[in-house]
Amino acid sequence: MSASGSDLPHVAALLAALAPACERTSDSFGMPVLELRAERLPAIVERLRTEFGYTSFLDVTAVDFPTREPRFDVVYHFLKPRPLARVRLKVQVSAEDPTVPTLVGQFGAARYMEREAHDMFGIRFAGNADLRPILLYEGFVGHPLRKDYPMEREQPIVDYRDTGGDAPRATNGTSAGSRA
Amino acid sequence: MTFGPPVRSPLEFDAAPDRVVVNVGPSHPATHGTIQIVAELDGETVTRADVHCGFLHRGFEKEAEHHTYHNVIPYTDRLNYCSALNNNFAYAAAVERLLGIEITPRCVWLRTLLSEYSRVADHVTCVAAAAMELGAMTAFLYLMTVRDYIYEHLNHLTGARLTHSYVRIGGLARDLPDGWLDRLEEVLQFTERYLERIHGLLDRNRIFVDRMRDVAAMSTEHALNWGYTGPILRSTGLAMDLRRDTPYLAYGELDFDVPVGIRGDNYDRYYVRMCEIDESIAMIRQCVRKLPGGDVTVRDPRVVLPEKALVYGQIEALIHHFKLITEGVLVPAGEVYVAHEAPNGELGFYLVADGTGHPYRLHVRAPSFVHMGGMHTLLEGHQLSDIVPTFGSMNMIGGECDR
Repeated sequence: MSASGSDLPHVAALLAALAPACERTSDSFGMPVLELRAERLPAIVERLRTEFGYTSFLDVTAVDFPTREPRFDVVYHFLKPRPLARVRLKVQVSAEDPTVPTLVGQFGAARYMEREAHDMFGIRFAGNADLRPILLYEGFVGHPLRKDYPMEREQPIVDYRDTGGDAPRATNGTSAGSRA
Repeated sequence: MTFGPPVRSPLEFDAAPDRVVVNVGPSHPATHGTIQIVAELDGETVTRADVHCGFLHRGFEKEAEHHTYHNVIPYTDRLNYCSALNNNFAYAAAVERLLGIEITPRCVWLRTLLSEYSRVADHVTCVAAAAMELGAMTAFLYLMTVRDYIYEHLNHLTGARLTHSYVRIGGLARDLPDGWLDRLEEVLQFTERYLERIHGLLDRNRIFVDRMRDVAAMSTEHALNWGYTGPILRSTGLAMDLRRDTPYLAYGELDFDVPVGIRGDNYDRYYVRMCEIDESIAMIRQCVRKLPGGDVTVRDPRVVLPEKALVYGQIEALIHHFKLITEGVLVPAGEVYVAHEAPNGELGFYLVADGTGHPYRLHVRAPSFVHMGGMHTLLEGHQLSDIVPTFGSMNMIGGECDR
């Protein structure tokens, strides 16, 4: 009962073709994982899409390891509809230059998902012209899913009403209080 | 104090002088989700649309990093709150996969049964809301009656109508109460009787067909390119269903069809959902017949609290209880992506664990969010009034979309 639904000959063929271009390959509960350098991403994704039938771009997100260098993992999931198979790609990017190439040219679905990863982690998707906030709002300071963004920090889009009580009142933006 | 819009739409600045830009939402009576659609109009035709979400964002993924694995469960209820149990089960499956826990046979079958029951409630809600927005008040009230019977029945089992929090890592909160399965059959028969009426009211209804047929149609390639999954993808003719293609829970032992559409338009999305309700009801009946006895929760001391009587009488049990509550379930380091076929499509949990009692990173691949990313392609070229049925047939759920 494997939810990843990998069939072994397909995975073997995939790894044989793509592993030379990758830094490392591994297996995550039946799902092949390819770790690669950022500049190789578009070419690998294009081969996945055209040669191997991974026509659905499911998801992109990031994981923050503040003490590691490079700091971020950008994690992609792709799906092949028939017979159903999945693959995970991982790209490491540094905090100084968290840039990966965009996939909007290959997959429409990349537009929204890359905007979210940009919102939450500050990952820059080079070539995606529309990285406006999607879940956050314009003027939001910082990237909330980074580990160094404190849980308690509040940035209300509308200032809290002054109730006149003596309870401590959160001010707009805290350290980023420059918003008018 | 001045309030600007949360995010500026480029359409505000570069619309041609003979076009009109209108704003729909995020709080609009004809969109039953908090979503903002900025549309550029040529006459009544939408030439460009900018769909914006995020109005219900509450930092689910950040919260999860600061809670124990069990304490995340109530948050998962609030993703797709029309079918909270599906979210519960998908999340628990991800944690259990990392822990290497095999849940009990009765738990497998109960989770399958309840997943399908939730799917009925979710599809019923979607069809009801979509029909109401086209003025079909009777269909709405019929289906809301069905939904309420299901919610009341789930309330009997879980103690809550919508936010059930019924799952536990390694099992379920409690076994079925007496008489629950008898009432289940009554509710199913009631549902079937009312679904017949809905078919009679809507299927060949001239107004309904005119508004739905050939509106916002798309091809399978288009749907895959924009990340559509679930009933929306199946409405284009591709029979992709995780329950059949990668059988999880007890789906491998159930007999069911995967309904597909032909044109991928609003009508097909309506009809695929109606057919899926029929399949789900058939699956629920199979689950009832095959439901095995035994425990609903694994007897694994790593994840399950000791019995209360022992906690009060034995120091080991007391310590064990204390450690599980304060530290949480210790999940070994690793990463996993588990996807379930939620009513809206592929609901994926990408979980990174670091060996402590709370997730290092928990990401939700929410179908609604991805579906909204491609919705502008379905709105463009159609009438302004077509936004309403198209949005309705997408079944966007704000809690899941904005997380």
